[in-house]
Amino acid sequence: MGFLLAIVTALFFPGIILRVKSIASGRKGPGIMQPWKNILVLIRKESVFSTTTSYISRIAPAVYLSTVICALLLLPFPGMPSWLGFDGDFVLFAYLLALGKFLFILGALDTGSSFEGMGANREALYSMLAEPAFFILFGTLALLTGQTSMDQIFGSFQFSGHNSFIIGFIAVYLLVQIAMIENSRMPVDDPKTHLELTMIHEVMILDHSGFDLALIHVGTALKFAMYGLLIANFLIPVDAGQVLMNNEYLTINIGSGIKNYIGKEWMAVIQIGIYFFVQIIFAAMIGVLESFRARKKLVRNPQFIVTLSSIAVVAFILVLLITFKMIG
Amino acid sequence: MESTILLIPFILSFFILVMPTGMRYFYTLGVAVFLILVTSVPATEALLHPANAPRSFIAGGSLGSITFTVDSLTAFFILITNFTVLTGLLYSNGYLSSYRTTKTPAQFALHYFSYVWLHISMLCVLMLREGTAFLIAWELMAVSSFMLILFEAEKRTTLKTAVNYLIQMHVGLVLLIIGFLLVEAATGQFGFDGLQSYFAGYANAPLFFLFFAGFAVKAGFIPFHTWLPEAHPAAPSHVSGVMSGVMIKMGIFGVVRVLTFVQYDAYIVGIIIMILATLTGLYGIMMSIVQTDLKKLLAYSTIENVGIIGMGIGLGTIGIGSDNPALTILGFGGGLFHVLNHSLFKSLLFYCAGSVYKATHTRNIDLLGGLIHKMPRTASLFLFGSMAICALPPLNGFISEILIYYGLFAGMQVNSVFQTMSMLLTIMSLALIGGLALFGFSKAFGLAFLGLPRSEIHVDDNAVSHGMLFPKLLIASIILFTGLAPMFLLAPLLGMIGSQFHLDSGQVILPLIHVLSKISLTGVILILVVFAILILRRKVLKPEKVSHGPTWGCGYTAGNARQQYTATSFSANFAELANPVIAKQIEYTDIHEEEILPGGRTFEVKHEDVFNRTLNKITGYSMLVLKKIARLQTGNIQHYIMYAFIFILIIFVLLYLNVL
Repeated sequence: MGFLLAIVTALFFPGIILRVKSIASGRKGPGIMQPWKNILVLIRKESVFSTTTSYISRIAPAVYLSTVICALLLLPFPGMPSWLGFDGDFVLFAYLLALGKFLFILGALDTGSSFEGMGANREALYSMLAEPAFFILFGTLALLTGQTSMDQIFGSFQFSGHNSFIIGFIAVYLLVQIAMIENSRMPVDDPKTHLELTMIHEVMILDHSGFDLALIHVGTALKFAMYGLLIANFLIPVDAGQVLMNNEYLTINIGSGIKNYIGKEWMAVIQIGIYFFVQIIFAAMIGVLESFRARKKLVRNPQFIVTLSSIAVVAFILVLLITFKMIG
Repeated sequence: MESTILLIPFILSFFILVMPTGMRYFYTLGVAVFLILVTSVPATEALLHPANAPRSFIAGGSLGSITFTVDSLTAFFILITNFTVLTGLLYSNGYLSSYRTTKTPAQFALHYFSYVWLHISMLCVLMLREGTAFLIAWELMAVSSFMLILFEAEKRTTLKTAVNYLIQMHVGLVLLIIGFLLVEAATGQFGFDGLQSYFAGYANAPLFFLFFAGFAVKAGFIPFHTWLPEAHPAAPSHVSGVMSGVMIKMGIFGVVRVLTFVQYDAYIVGIIIMILATLTGLYGIMMSIVQTDLKKLLAYSTIENVGIIGMGIGLGTIGIGSDNPALTILGFGGGLFHVLNHSLFKSLLFYCAGSVYKATHTRNIDLLGGLIHKMPRTASLFLFGSMAICALPPLNGFISEILIYYGLFAGMQVNSVFQTMSMLLTIMSLALIGGLALFGFSKAFGLAFLGLPRSEIHVDDNAVSHGMLFPKLLIASIILFTGLAPMFLLAPLLGMIGSQFHLDSGQVILPLIHVLSKISLTGVILILVVFAILILRRKVLKPEKVSHGPTWGCGYTAGNARQQYTATSFSANFAELANPVIAKQIEYTDIHEEEILPGGRTFEVKHEDVFNRTLNKITGYSMLVLKKIARLQTGNIQHYIMYAFIFILIIFVLLYLNVL
């Protein structure tokens, strides 16, 4: 379920970002489907391979896309456990993405270009620094909920009282930032930069063309949708009826108030509605952010990324306080 | 089975020294295979039926006898040892072929003889429980590996490294002897069997850490690791593979063996092991990233993996200390499974590095590049090994790490802030180690094998024979099997841990089966999706649509291979961040002022092991003291007689005063 929704989202996600950016900068801009039209063009196009490259750069895009697809299969949708989910699935989730990244980095190094080496190097460094933040975040959630599989975590997260809003806020913030780093977007990397020296993601795909480049674009679009789905999991009520019983502060929880008046069959519709709402907001936010914010200096990036880990640690300590472990 | 059969290979091994050149290798192989069969059969039995274990074999005759004991823990290590020793031996024939012209047959004979004795001594270390015999085997292991490192003794650095190794091993040995003596003094039993009663009656932690220090020298825990990154590169590659794959695991074995007897203080012991292991892991991988020597990089990564194994063991010990059987089984299960996995992928990587060295005569990544075109099979196998060691799914490294993650997350759910926090920090470190390993191995593979050659190095196309590829393929297939169907190997392992620590492993295994099957399923799906996309790619990308050209140089057309990223520059930004830990040093060759037309200027980036510096300081001080004492050694016979006289006089005086 989550998988299908994510694919649908991936169709318009890059388009929304583009639209928002063009509106923000006062341009007419391309249509929402333009990124996908580009991808279709790429698939039809011829490919040029560097004579330096080996089979690594030919399989790298395929593996990159496959890992994103498999990672998506692990994600739950509220109320519907994921098909592959199990205890500790987020570890697999993180390591699957790492596999894609590993091949992607090697694909860039395969060309023997100093520019692509630069990009590969930065990508490796930043993703290495971002890894702990993700794990601390999920450690925090596991501690709060006492669960270790993603659908259980998200399922019981909603019922853990009004404290969950504080943690939820931090979690969403962290996930948005991690998504930005993993997708090489604004504060860390600027996809629209024109100087190869300052690129990260863009410079790594310089020598990919045609079908392979299309695979990478599809993978990136899916990756956005994937993080959007992850974030949406925090915000969509699993079952509003139960939220009502356990939670006095339900007004803050989007949509749960409506639940009183509607039957269960409508619940799914509302969930999907909220899901798309979250995704659109997420995409629009990226667009706005990229229009009005400058990229960080490259030397400042590590500092910024490590900050995320410390925020995650703060969340963890907060959970310790909430669960009274620190006092008791 | 007749127990004395165990001793036959011991005697057979001596004939290696007198074998004619043509038959020596095959004879050695025969002896090794014999040894492997003789030990693997009881080991497999003991592992599959832990209830019947331990089984003892009393070998010997009228002159005396030795008791070999095979229990399930021993059995697990025996099987790993046998496999890696076998692949190493298979690989060695091809690898050593280029030395035939430079080395004498006697040197070869000694090398193979030492190799077999390394195997024998490792098996003895595993099977002997009596103190003296164990220590002799331990010593034999150090000496035989010392001989193996010395294969290229004509290089001064090799000689120095080997002596350094031997000295450090003896520091470890002394600690073990002290440990056993303390046990004997207290219980009257010299050996592992005495530990049971010792730990029942005396403080546990001090003696444990004495043993731990002794074994840690072998295993490579910081700060006892300094021999490791020197010795591994100096040894021939099949020896590095065996040393890194199984010999250092004897240290792990020792630690686990002693832990099975610990009765009190397990909690604090576990916490300390975990802290030490976490630091070991982080330090190892951080140093690994900045290395430019391919084998040194692998050697530091061995330290990292020992850290990961240690995390598992520490976690398991915390489980014992807090009466949490799930934690014990997951911790030890993850740690020991990583022992197996590491022995597989690290030996594979060392063999690949050996093939690279044999073909190019260098291990410096800064000089390599583009090897994937010249050595495609070695490159693919190195990539495979790198993926496994970075714990990427669907390969085996991931399985052992997820077990440890599991244990850590389970350990977090307790009512103790201290434990929760330390679990979180370990999780954080493990995640960071994962990211760093990815960084390090994308550098190792990406720069050595991809791109263009960074120097004019001649690559010998015929360097890697089929005989050298076969053991690597064997290892690679087992890595894949272990990754996709881990339960086959994991179930007996977990059963073994259950029986060693007297726990019921069933309730942990059942949910694990569910989880592991899901992981395998994801792995299979991943492989299928990759193939589906590749087939689609082949369909869409018809040959007429593909053209080739130079790498896009961003408008700059005079780019050449020297402008590529090098191993040093790839790790430069990381080195900047981690400078306090990895101690970067840049050495310049100075240009003199009076020179009117100065030549080129070069610089070298080095990363010194900070522990080595401390160690050198200590040895420096002790050298100063010893030099002062050395004044006594005058070379004058009269003085020596005087020393003896003074000594006797002191004895007399002491006797007279009733002190002695």
